Amino acid sequence: MPTDLELELFVFMLATFLGLEIIRKVSPLLHTPLMSLTNAISAISVVGAILVTGAAGATFLSKVLGFIAITAVVTNIVSGFLITDRMVKMFKRREEKK
Amino acid sequence: MAHLTQYIYIISAALFILSLKWMNHPASSRRGVIAGGLGMVLAILGTFIGFPGADGVGIGFVHNWPWIITAFVIGTVVGVPIAYIMPMTAVPQRTALSHACGALAAALVGTAEFYQRQPHAETELRAFIMVALVIETLLGYLTFTGSLMAMGKLQEVLPQRPITYRNQNAVNFLLFAIAAGLAIRLAIVPTDTFLFPIFAALALLFGVLLIIPIGGADMPTVIAILNSYAGLSACAMGFVLNSRLLVVAGALDGSSGLILSIIMCKAMNRSFTNVLFGAFGQVQMSTGKAEQRTYRSASAEEAASVLEAASSVIIVPGYGLAVAQAQHKIRELYDSLTRRGVDVKFGIHPVAGRMPGHMNVLMAEADIPYDKLVEMDEINGDFPQCDVALVIGANDVTNPKARTDKGSPIYGMPILDVDKARTVMVIKRSMNPGFAGIDNDLYYMDKTLMLFGDAKAFVSELIKELPARVAA
Repeated sequence: MPTDLELELFVFMLATFLGLEIIRKVSPLLHTPLMSLTNAISAISVVGAILVTGAAGATFLSKVLGFIAITAVVTNIVSGFLITDRMVKMFKRREEKK
Repeated sequence: MAHLTQYIYIISAALFILSLKWMNHPASSRRGVIAGGLGMVLAILGTFIGFPGADGVGIGFVHNWPWIITAFVIGTVVGVPIAYIMPMTAVPQRTALSHACGALAAALVGTAEFYQRQPHAETELRAFIMVALVIETLLGYLTFTGSLMAMGKLQEVLPQRPITYRNQNAVNFLLFAIAAGLAIRLAIVPTDTFLFPIFAALALLFGVLLIIPIGGADMPTVIAILNSYAGLSACAMGFVLNSRLLVVAGALDGSSGLILSIIMCKAMNRSFTNVLFGAFGQVQMSTGKAEQRTYRSASAEEAASVLEAASSVIIVPGYGLAVAQAQHKIRELYDSLTRRGVDVKFGIHPVAGRMPGHMNVLMAEADIPYDKLVEMDEINGDFPQCDVALVIGANDVTNPKARTDKGSPIYGMPILDVDKARTVMVIKRSMNPGFAGIDNDLYYMDKTLMLFGDAKAFVSELIKELPARVAA
């Protein structure tokens, strides 16, 4: 049986190659929204922050650090997805105009 | 429930992948954003319903709700206004700030895990977990301060010029070596807790020192690199927490930042090491020549008559245009010329603006159709057949010296071949060389007309001249 580390390295390898292929195909028009979108997605570390803060035996230090971490990433999630949406809505073709 | 959470995570990961895939075209990009947001909401819900039990196995309950809920509320209250108030010119600063927030979160979670797990160090801080944890915190802390520095430079509260001092690279390298040494020591003996604050402080300091010698012109590359680091930091967190979802999302972000920084480096003909350790500022000062050269200037009226007679026009916008807030005037000029049957396109250099793709967003905000925004490689073939190339607020990316003058600091940088157009018009405040201090040969060509003035004011005058001529 592979260990957790081996499984994770495997997933990491696959995800990196997949990421490289997908990102290469992103239109240069959208590189700015792409960056704010990937940034919002990497705020998935909210999962880790919740696990640390909400653990039964969380020390005071863990709670404080976790609290700051959740605040920071939730800001990223909310502002990241909303501003990306605001940006991509601006990209219109001529016939789509009123 | 624990299994249900794992399946939810799989769906989340798939949604993130689809989200990025749909960014390949503006038509599907909105769907991409929604997919990403949905993936995030699912991941958060999944985490709450399948919270691990106290012993790390089975199902448990989320504790400390007041802390978590308060943090969510504050994050939301801060995040919403940022998304809606932020002007598009300030998007690079916001992006730098969010890289800082994301990296800080990863670093703090890593720090919390490090201390929390100390009582069971032998089992919960095994070597490979510690390796991931020190990578997470090192990248997290240095990206946090580095991104704050980048934000300061973009916001112009910090000097945009590279800040350099003697033996800078040696100092940085030494500092990094010490931090790496401590990291290795911690990985081997995780119970040496007194080393951890020193390690964290060094990482924070290194982030500052890494970014201050980098000039404002290199910010698009720097932002992309920091994006990559922030992603890798989240990815390392995935290894620590044994969460494949974090590994996948972090790796996607990491590879995205990597590709964007490669594109930016290519667009400036620089290498990573050159951007990070090159201190661009040193080359440029010596190139100032006092030689007087002749150029032709024209009034708005003359320029309007040239534009009116043209059948195809390529507009080359640069960041100066955004600084002058001239986007909407450009849109009026575009409308006015298009109504006259002139074919108008926009040539966008990859490093136009302050971050990858920034100029496209600024133009899209002014309602210019995206099919008229053409990237450099595609538009360069069109310049020889184009009647007028109108350069507004761009300088170095149009300088033919990049092709011809081996001594120039920008030699080898891919440029927009504006000089091949039949007529070139450049809107510029004065003949002063731009930020990089390099004289632009384009301005002295026989077919070039210099249009002096503020971009917004001059374009307004051009628009005024155009309809007057039709009536006459």
